[in-house]
Amino acid sequence: MPSDELVALKTKAEQRNRANRICVCTAASCQSVGADRVHKAFEAEVNKSQREEQVEVRAVGCMGLCSAGPLVRIENDETAVLYRNVTEQDASALAQSIGRAPVERLICPTDVPFFTRQHKIVLANCGQIHPERIEDYVAVGGYEALYRAITEMTPGEVLADVKASGLRGRGGAGYPTGLKWQTVAKSPDPVKYVVCNADEGDPGAFMDRSVLESDPHRVLEGMAIAAYAVGANLGYVYVRAEYPLAISRLRLAIRQAKAANLLGQNVAGTRFEFSVDIRLGAGAFVCGEETALLLSIEGRRGQPRPRPPYPAERGLFGRATLINNVETYANIATIVDRGGASYASIGTERSKGTKVFALAGQVKNTGLIEVPMGISLREIVEDMGGGVPAGGRIKAVQTGGPSGGCIPNEHLDMPVDYDSLQQVGSIMGSGGMIVMDESSNMVEVARYFMEFSMSESCGKCVPCRVGTYQMHQILSRMLSGCAGPGDLSMLEELTRAVGETSLCGLGQSAPNPIKSTLRYYRSEYEEALRKSRPSMPLAEEGVR
Amino acid sequence: MTRITLTIDGETVQADEGTSLLEVARKAGADIPTLCHNEQLKPHGACRLCTVEVVKGKRTRLVASCAYPVEEGLVVRTSTVEIEKHRKLLVEMLYPTALHLAKRYGITKSRFEAERGDCNLCGLCVNYCREVAHRNVLYFEGRGIDRKVAFVPGKAQECSSCGACFELCSGGFVVTNHGTVSLNERI
Ligand SMILES: Cc1cc2nc3c(=O)[nH]c(=O)nc-3n(C[C@H](O)[C@H](O)[C@H](O)COP(=O)(O)O)c2cc1C
Ligand code: SF4
Ligand code: SF4
Ligand code: FES
Ligand code: FES
Repeated sequence: MPSDELVALKTKAEQRNRANRICVCTAASCQSVGADRVHKAFEAEVNKSQREEQVEVRAVGCMGLCSAGPLVRIENDETAVLYRNVTEQDASALAQSIGRAPVERLICPTDVPFFTRQHKIVLANCGQIHPERIEDYVAVGGYEALYRAITEMTPGEVLADVKASGLRGRGGAGYPTGLKWQTVAKSPDPVKYVVCNADEGDPGAFMDRSVLESDPHRVLEGMAIAAYAVGANLGYVYVRAEYPLAISRLRLAIRQAKAANLLGQNVAGTRFEFSVDIRLGAGAFVCGEETALLLSIEGRRGQPRPRPPYPAERGLFGRATLINNVETYANIATIVDRGGASYASIGTERSKGTKVFALAGQVKNTGLIEVPMGISLREIVEDMGGGVPAGGRIKAVQTGGPSGGCIPNEHLDMPVDYDSLQQVGSIMGSGGMIVMDESSNMVEVARYFMEFSMSESCGKCVPCRVGTYQMHQILSRMLSGCAGPGDLSMLEELTRAVGETSLCGLGQSAPNPIKSTLRYYRSEYEEALRKSRPSMPLAEEGVR
Repeated sequence: MTRITLTIDGETVQADEGTSLLEVARKAGADIPTLCHNEQLKPHGACRLCTVEVVKGKRTRLVASCAYPVEEGLVVRTSTVEIEKHRKLLVEMLYPTALHLAKRYGITKSRFEAERGDCNLCGLCVNYCREVAHRNVLYFEGRGIDRKVAFVPGKAQECSSCGACFELCSGGFVVTNHGTVSLNERI
């Protein structure tokens, strides 16, 4: 028995539904190549031909194949045709093609691995529904999981489903979500909080932004279900201030959900109460670290503090706090919908479900993909990504951004899961995936990421503050040909000490790009040393 | 208060719940170097010199003992070849501040370009001012390698000149009403 609220919203969506839809991707990448103008051109076209009753022009979120943007999908209830690199001049021809033959020259084939190998859960609605209409989300089954959870399930049953799903945190570390929820649920604290980490700061990462911009209600629903399971009544979404569209869509979504009685007091007429507030990121990468993030929400300086206590025990305002990543929450409704066991049937033994990646670098197809865990890296970069554009050989794939490592070509057949990635010296990370061709200099790659870690280090603890700086100095010396003979061993000493003794994950993982490139491309470091002219090492120039 | 039993450097010891590994280990006779620790203050966890090895079940890792509470059955080693290597490197990174530790580790020069003259950012002055003196006039300005101790803008006059930060300073450097002044130079 669905709730009256959901039925009313579904009716609203049905009434609005037109036989034909022109869905224009207006997410960031397409927007940067003129999607807004394309969208306007289609509206003008439909308006001119007075077909508003038959054709809806819909602005949707990222369709995935960003490198072919602006993307437009023309669909009715039976068929859909995707068009690539659409300009405003194409609008008239495309609009007129409705009900007739498609415009061949613009067709973007969807029976290719880039699309067919995907398994969409988190991104299921991205590029499909209108992100600013709650009724569109409800029309595709949205909020039914929440309703079912709070009316038919006990918090313990919801928790059991999440545990059975095998879901692990998508924010980087891969901690089992069910275990984390259980710790918070068990806490006797009378006040608990649920926090969503949307501080996404890895260079090149835009998975969380896309989800928030394209399907914000999915995240809210996940948070509400979590709140019910752990016994919280208040939640915060901590979003990067640099994501204005995500913020405004989330704000709107919260207002709509409240108006529809899906957030707030007595959700859907039950005794469950849950409100969500937004907090804007303070602009530092380290604020994405959970303890720093919580301090920042409290209005204090966002700086990591020692754990334990973990947020699940003592977090926001000293209360038991559940903190999860955007993508983690985005999986929850599906888990409750289909059951934990069904979710656990996707993926590998220890990595369940799907993962969203932002595919970038030297590959033909770049954009946003969602793949089942366990797919091979080669399938992603060669089949889906299409390999190096000019036909060259892939040298390495970088995953995990500044906290991850480079995986060489000879390991491309490995399955993509938490443990395998760690085994080869990288990490799953939040989902950045950069393909590098033979022209890449691995010492330069290491320096690029170290520069990021160095400038984002908060400076609190010695190994990270001084160590990232010194590692960066050494790499710079190597690249500019003035490294000394002791530099390589000093670099290795630093990678170990910084990784093992730093306070938070930033410092602990900052040496990973160096470690992995040293492991597979040591000769490039040695080459840099050989090329170095023996000059006075900086260290002996004396004290500043 | 619950009593917790754990092993430190091969010896079984007991401690109250909530006690830090550092406190227990020191009581048991371990000689663990620290820079940012002070009994009157909450653990800051910045210098990482107090790093020790803990074994819990199958998992072995390094943690800062000043901020890590005792846990039942934990096996702690306060000094290993690896730990001493890390400590020495940390002291070398800070050279020429914390000279007493440099002496302990036999460091007379550093392979690294010196970070700064004498403040090692242990935070004792800042935290004392906030947690004990309740003046809150000091803070850390900037981030990363540019981080430094400074007066909270506009708050310098609120310093009561209690001088406690001078006493605490592990680097021989404190902030005074007149800006940043090296204590070493004053002596
Ligand atoms: C320096 C640093 C930055 C981080 N940034 C993010 C981030 O932007 N988003 C995120 O979800 N987790 C980030 N994390 C991980 C969080 O601390 C935390 O593990 C995560 O939010 C937990 O959610 P999950 O279990 O769903 O992954 C960061 C960690 C570190 C050390
Ligand atoms: S590891 Fe780096 S970012 Fe983390 S607390 Fe230490 S200095 Fe700050
Ligand atoms: S001025 Fe002294 S007490 Fe203050 S942070 Fe620097 S070294 Fe520590
Ligand atoms: S932004 Fe349009 S397809 Fe990704
Ligand atoms: S004494 Fe523990 S980190 Fe400084």
